[in-house]
Formats: sequence, C-alpha cells, structure tokens
Amino acid sequence: MPRPAGEIILTNMINQPEPKAEILARRDTIVAAFRGMLPPEAVIAEPIRLRPYETDGLSAYRQPPLAVVLPETTEQVAAVMRYCHAEGIRVVPRGAGTSLSGGALPMADAVVVGLMKMNRILDIDYADRCATVQAGVTNIGITDAVQGRGFFYAPDPSSQLACMIGGNVNMNSGGAHCLKYGVTANNLLGLKIVTAEGDVLNIGGRHLDAAGYDWLGLLTGSEGQLAVITEVTVRILRSPEGARAMLAAFRSNEIAGACVDSIISSGIIPVALEFMDRPAIHACEDFAHAGYPLDAEAMLIIEVEGSSEEQDALLARIRAICEQHDPISMKVSQSAEESLAIWKGRKGAFGAIGRISPDYLCMDGVIPTSRLPEVLRRIGEMGDVYGLKVANIFHAGDGNLHPLIMFDANDPESFRKAEQFGADILKLCVEMGGCLTGEHGVGVEKRDLMPVQFKAEELEQQRRIKTAFDPDWLLNPNKVFPLAASSERSARTH
Amino acid sequence: MSDLLAPTDEDAIAAAIRRAGTAREPLAVGGNGTKSAMLRPVQAARSLSTGNLTGITLYSPKELIISARAGTPLSEIEATLNEQGQHVIAEPPDPGGPQTIGGVVATNLSGPRRVAWGAMRDHLLGLRAVNGHGQVIHSGGRVLKNVTGLDLCKLLAGSHGTLAVITEVTLKVLPAPEAVGTLVLPGLDAADGVSSLSAALGSPYSVSAAAWLPADATDRIPMLSAFHGPVALVRIEEFAPSVAYRMRKLRDELGGRGEILDDAASRSVWHAIRDREPLVPMTDEAVWRVSVRPSAGAQVLRSVGDACGARGYLDWGGGLVSLAGPATAAAHEAVQMAARDAGGSWMLMQGSETLRVAVDVIPPEPEPLARITQRVKAAFDPHGILNPGRLYASL
Ligand SMILES: Cc1cc2nc3c(=O)[nH]c(=O)nc-3n(C[C@H](O)[C@H](O)[C@H](O)COP(=O)(O)OP(=O)(O)OC[C@H]3O[C@@H](n4cnc5c(N)ncnc54)[C@H](O)[C@@H]3O)c2cc1C
Repeated sequence: MPRPAGEIILTNMINQPEPKAEILARRDTIVAAFRGMLPPEAVIAEPIRLRPYETDGLSAYRQPPLAVVLPETTEQVAAVMRYCHAEGIRVVPRGAGTSLSGGALPMADAVVVGLMKMNRILDIDYADRCATVQAGVTNIGITDAVQGRGFFYAPDPSSQLACMIGGNVNMNSGGAHCLKYGVTANNLLGLKIVTAEGDVLNIGGRHLDAAGYDWLGLLTGSEGQLAVITEVTVRILRSPEGARAMLAAFRSNEIAGACVDSIISSGIIPVALEFMDRPAIHACEDFAHAGYPLDAEAMLIIEVEGSSEEQDALLARIRAICEQHDPISMKVSQSAEESLAIWKGRKGAFGAIGRISPDYLCMDGVIPTSRLPEVLRRIGEMGDVYGLKVANIFHAGDGNLHPLIMFDANDPESFRKAEQFGADILKLCVEMGGCLTGEHGVGVEKRDLMPVQFKAEELEQQRRIKTAFDPDWLLNPNKVFPLAASSERSARTH
Repeated sequence: MSDLLAPTDEDAIAAAIRRAGTAREPLAVGGNGTKSAMLRPVQAARSLSTGNLTGITLYSPKELIISARAGTPLSEIEATLNEQGQHVIAEPPDPGGPQTIGGVVATNLSGPRRVAWGAMRDHLLGLRAVNGHGQVIHSGGRVLKNVTGLDLCKLLAGSHGTLAVITEVTLKVLPAPEAVGTLVLPGLDAADGVSSLSAALGSPYSVSAAAWLPADATDRIPMLSAFHGPVALVRIEEFAPSVAYRMRKLRDELGGRGEILDDAASRSVWHAIRDREPLVPMTDEAVWRVSVRPSAGAQVLRSVGDACGARGYLDWGGGLVSLAGPATAAAHEAVQMAARDAGGSWMLMQGSETLRVAVDVIPPEPEPLARITQRVKAAFDPHGILNPGRLYASL
C-alpha cells in the first residue's frame, strides 16, 4: 500500500521493544490456535485487515500487530489470555482505539484483544442507580440506554460517541462536566476482569466501598497493563431539572484566570468551567458558529444546573462576579438550543483545529489553577521559539490544560519540533506543581517523561505492582514506563 | 505493653521501618489509635505512630486543595477549612477521639455524603508514604486531575497501613453548603423507607444523604424523638433558596407528607447519623459495617436481626447497614451470610479480641485474587512488617 512519505518516517520514530523472534516465527500456529477457540470471524490475520488496528488516536505512531482477536464473551477472552500466558505472547487490549497517548498502539509480536464485539448492556437497575455493561459499549451508549428514564452516565469525554467504557476505565477518562461529577474512577462500582493468567474475577459489585484493597481504584487508569476488563458496573445519575451555559469574554488570559478564582472563591461550583484562548476561540467559531466573541483574548464557558429559577439565580451571581473583571462581553444562553450551540463549539474543538491544521498534537498536562496565566504566557513564548501555532483549551475549574500544537506531518522536522514542544509543555506543568497527564494517559507518548514526575524508587514501586498482576509482562508492556526499563523487565522473565 | 515509636518527621519514620525490616520485626502502624478496635488485632512488639507528624503544609482555598502531614488531627483540618467556608467532602465519622487525617485516609471511612459525593478515596489527590523497604514514595500530587502512572492513592486509601505508612496527604475540598434541610418521612418500615430513599436519590434534586432509622434509634436522637417511630431522612445541601425549593419538591413527589427540619436541626441529626449514634452497642457487643446494593439493605437488617438479634440502621440510601449485636461467631456468620447473599461486603468494626482473631473480618478473596493480593503486599512490604494480619490472617 502506498503511504504518504512522512508517515513512513514517523512510524520509525517510536521505539518498540524488540519483538520476540520465536513468536513471530510461530505466527501461523498461533493464529490457528485462536481459530480453534473463537468463532471464525473473530480472528483477523490478513495484513490488509490488520491495518485498521495499527494505530489509535495518536495516529503518528503505527505498528500492525501479529493478529487481532475480537472475542464475544468473557470466557473467550479468558481462553485467549490462558493461551497467551502459556505461550508467552504479548497482548494489547483495545476498545475503540481513540487513545490520544498511543495507549492502544500494537506491537509486532502482540495480539490485539479488541472488545468491540462485547457491546451489550447487561442490566439497568434504577432502584440502585447503576448499570452493568460489557466493555465494548460506547460511553454515549450508556446514557442513551438510560436517558428515557431521565438518567445519565456522568463522565463525558469529547470522544464519547466512539470511545468505549472499557477504554474509559483504563484511561480514567474525564469530561467537561467532571468538575461536579468527577472522572471515571468516581463513577464506578464494579468490574469483571480477566487476569494475565486467564482467571476471571469480579471486583466490587453494586455496592460502595468494598472492604479489602481498592482493586477497582487501582485498575482504573491502569492503561491495559493489569488485566483485560470485560464488564463494567457504573453509577447512573438522575439528570438535573435543567442546565444553562453562559459565555464571558475577557481582555487577557490573566483577567479570565482571576475571574475563575473569584467564581470558585464565592462558593459556587459550576458543573462546567471551560477556558479558551484567542486561537481556540477563532478556530471553534469558524467551525461551529456558536457566537463566540472574536474580539476577546480569553473566554469562559460556564454552565450551571437546576430549575430555571435556580439557574437564573446562579447565573446572576456569576454575572456579577464577571462584571468585576472588566469583561468585553457576556452572553447568557436563553434556550436549550443556545446552550447546545455554545457546547458545540467546545466539543468540536479538535475538529475545528483539524480544519486549520490537518495535523496537531493534543497535550493534556495539569497545573495548579493559580499558575494559569503564567503557564499560558510561557506556552506562547515556546510556540514562538519553535515556530509552531498552538491553541489552548482548558478545563479551568480543575487545571487540566489541552494545548493543541499544530504541525505539518509531511515535514518530519515539523513533527519532531511539535513533539519536543509538547514535551517542554509537560515538563513546565510538572515544574509548576502539576502533572504530565490529566485524562489522556501516559501511553507511549509520555512514557519517557515519567522520570520528570517520579523518582526511580517510585517508578520501581509501580513496576512491582504491574509485575504482581502480570508476572511475565505480557499485558501492554511497551507503555507507561520508560522503555529501557520495561524491555529489560520483559526480557528478564523469558 | 508494646514499645511505641512516634517520630516527628518522615525521615525518622523511614529509618524506623528500615530498622524493623532488617530485624524482621513487625510494626503495629497507626495514627492516634482511635480505630485500633477495627478488624484483626496486630501482633507486634513495637508500634509506629504518625501521631507526631503534624501540621497543615498547604492550603489553597481557591484551588480547592489542602495538604497536611498524616498525624494532623482531622478536627484541626476541619477548623481551618471552616474559616474559609469549605469542608471535607466525604464527611468522615468522628470515632470520639483525636483521629488523624492519615488514619481517616488509611481506613477510607466516609459519612452520609458518600452516597452522593464520593468516599475519602475519591478526594485523595496525592500522598507521600514510606513503603516496607523504607523508601519514601509519592503518588498523585496537588492538582485536581491526574492519571499519571498507577493510582497508588486509591490503593493505599483503605489499605489500613498494611502496604505503606502514609506520611502526608492532599485532599480536594469544596465550599461548604450555605444551608441544609432534611425531609423526615415518619412511620415507614425499612423496606418502604428504602423505596422512598431510592425515589429521592433518583430525583433531579441532588440529594446529599439518605438514611433510615428504626424506632429505638429515633428515640435516642433529640431532634427526632418526637416522631416516636421509624423515619426515613433525606438531606439537601445547597444555597438557601434552593434548599427551600427542593425540600418542597421532594415532599410533593414523595407523597405530599413528611416534615422538614430546619438548618440547625438537620446539621445535628446528620452528625448523629455520621457518628453512628443511632447504634449504642454495649461494651461487650460487636459492631459491623455492611455495604450492599441499596435495595438489599432492608433485607440484610431483617435477616441478621432474625438470626442473632442484632440491631441496626441504614445510611447511603439503604446501601450501608450499621449493625450491633452479640460478639459471637454465630452472629458474625449471620452478618457474613446476609452480606454475601446480597452480593455485598462486610467489615468488623468492633468486637472482642477472641472474635477478631477467629473470623474473617472482611470478605476473603477468591484464590486467584488472593494470590495477586499476596504479591502486591510483597511488592510494598517484602518482609511483611507493616500491620501483619490486620486485614487477613495470612497477610
Ligand atoms: C477527538 C477526541 C476527543 C477526546 N476527548 C477526550 C476527553 O474529553 N477526555 C478524555 O479523558 N479523553 C478524551 N479522548 C481520549 C480517548 O477518547 C479516551 O482515552 C478513551 O477513554 C479511550 O477509549 P477507547 O475505547 O478508544 O480505548 P482505546 O484507545 O482502544 O484504549 C485505551 C487504553 O485502554 C486499554 N483498554 C481499552 N479497552 C480495554 C479493556 N477492555 N481492558 C483492558 N484494557 C483496555 C488499551 O490497551 C489502551 O491502553 C479523546 C480522544 C479523541 C480522539
């Protein structure tokens, strides 16, 4: 297959551990074994049909796997895992493949275990306010199944039409409304998992705070490195009576940041508090025509919930606070449609940036909210040095920054600079007292930056926990930890 | 009487652990010991306390975070937050004694608000701890979102000092509500009470707590004694006009009856529920905390009561059953069976030493998981010196 020249070069840039030659050599036997334990259409081995699985949302990195299996039941997953454990075959679990950190990137000697066929809602329990679904149900699929009764599943990543709950659990995904409702970890009750050794285990259930070690909490955000998740029990919540958004536009990032502080200090926690800088405002407005203020340097989207009187009261208080920060303009949505339009701009931000620059890296650092103006200024300066454009979108209430770095994938030098620029931003986040990733995960993208945030003993402690779950380092082993150390670890066990 | 080590800094904690590791001498790890009656007793010649590791190290109200050394009394943290109109979200119970923030986190005990707003572990943003190697490790940080690496905060919260000694924690905090209101629905038995609590928690009004108390418990709480019978209780915490509005709406939707308690009465009633006051165990009785799906709570209460005469009440919409009864193996078996039948979990909170060493104080794990548990324990504490036996006899 012909490919754009740039892509081939980029593919070579991501280092992978040495594939196990004996596994590559036994590919046909391995595929035949899978065919013996799974329905015929559930095993994919033809190179052309492996292509859709060779990358994820971080599409600059590509690597076709040894094979792909698409089990339909937990028992089939367990059979695959037992076989892989016995044979020493590496496994990369996969949901929808929307990871922005390369979390689902395959390895040449690994089998991808895709959960997309496990897409059934198993049980909805309104009295206990929870739903049990298979790992391949999409995030929006849960809300769709319960909204007829006025309920919803709270974490709402922008990718919610595509991404799957198993992926959300493994990345501990967040969304625009997590300021009030929390991230995935705060909305889970139970899991069914298959261990690296092929045992099926139930973790938690429909109750809160099971005694014993918090396996539910540890597995959440474990990036496919501890177990394969096949079922998830989530909390579902009753939707509020209503919700309404407002926009406030400001003359500088500093002023908008100060306004965020004032809102939080007033005792009001809006359900969402989103920040966009000038480049982001322009890109999103061109795309969504949401009525964003093009004369502003920074803009806040603020959403409140409750009855219409409660919304009026809260929005009046927030408006009064914004007034003290010399706003250029404010606009309170007057209808559900206007609120939707306001959100359409924000939720379509990645698409909008994609129209200006077909290639961009979406970063995901977190900073203490008090450092916002300083960090945005420094990101701007770095962009000038690298000669790359950057737009900033930011969950302002919780300090989760999403700088979108625009580059040209046909120019390897431009990609290299973008990667470097991204790494510099993340280092800055850590320097400011923050962290490398707030919701996208470490994956392959940030694994080599881990020593910026963790000391050697701390990384070693985390590796020992992985080893406790996966003694042979077969589950998604090329992620999260700096490569040199994990290669050594996988090599040692075989 | 065991020998007590109570260092004033983290380095000294680490040194004590390294010495204990070299000598293969187990340590009974704790804060101020207010929860030492929980779970299994630890057999150790020495105790290591974080009680002298005190002080708030960072408080940034605008960023909704507070950090404190593990031995800082919870009361000090609450008082500091209160000055800025903020609070600890999970509303941890007060065991009666100077409990430390480290102990509250290490036991992951949360109060009534847990049903709506999450447990202690949900708001633990970061920690520092010393593992069984004597190494200081940190996890998380001081920011509200963080998915960098494995979440050791969640793993160590609720690990009861068996994996590492927590030396400092950072919590997310929130503005305390301006006003509180409680709807009291009198005269409902446990099953009907839970149905009403479910309806309330499934309403659009952001109920922040939902409990059911039997008649004898109601009699014991001054603000409720006038009801002379069992009550279901639903709390709203919001700005004052919203509390008034939502209380009215809830009363209408739950059958148009029930009485509304004002702010002061509400606060005192929910403190009592938080602190387990509806349950007055006799000194020789055992106390259990059973966590089940809310709709099974009433059944657990009934079957344990029938089997051994234990009494109890329901919080978390029916999902948390607090029980007091005879400290016998038979009563414990009844609790275990009821919890297991409902697919839930149990914890022995108090009991005679004989009972505590003889029974499973928390549910045993299936073999493949128990194997992982052993390996994770070894990954933190290779010599098994930190609170051996506290959770499981073999760990
Ligand atoms: C346009 C766009 C917008 C996005 N917006 C957000 C956002 O707002 N917030 C946010 O948090 N993220 C966002 N993301 C990132 C991504 O959608 C999330 O990380 C998501 O949770 C990934 O789900 P997935 O099903 O695609 O998982 P995948 O990408 O397939 O996998 C993600 C990781 O989980 C592992 N995994 C997946 N399923 C399982 C399983 N069943 N068992 C074990 N391991 C498994 C994989 O090995 C991999 O490490 C966005 C991505 C895109 C492309």
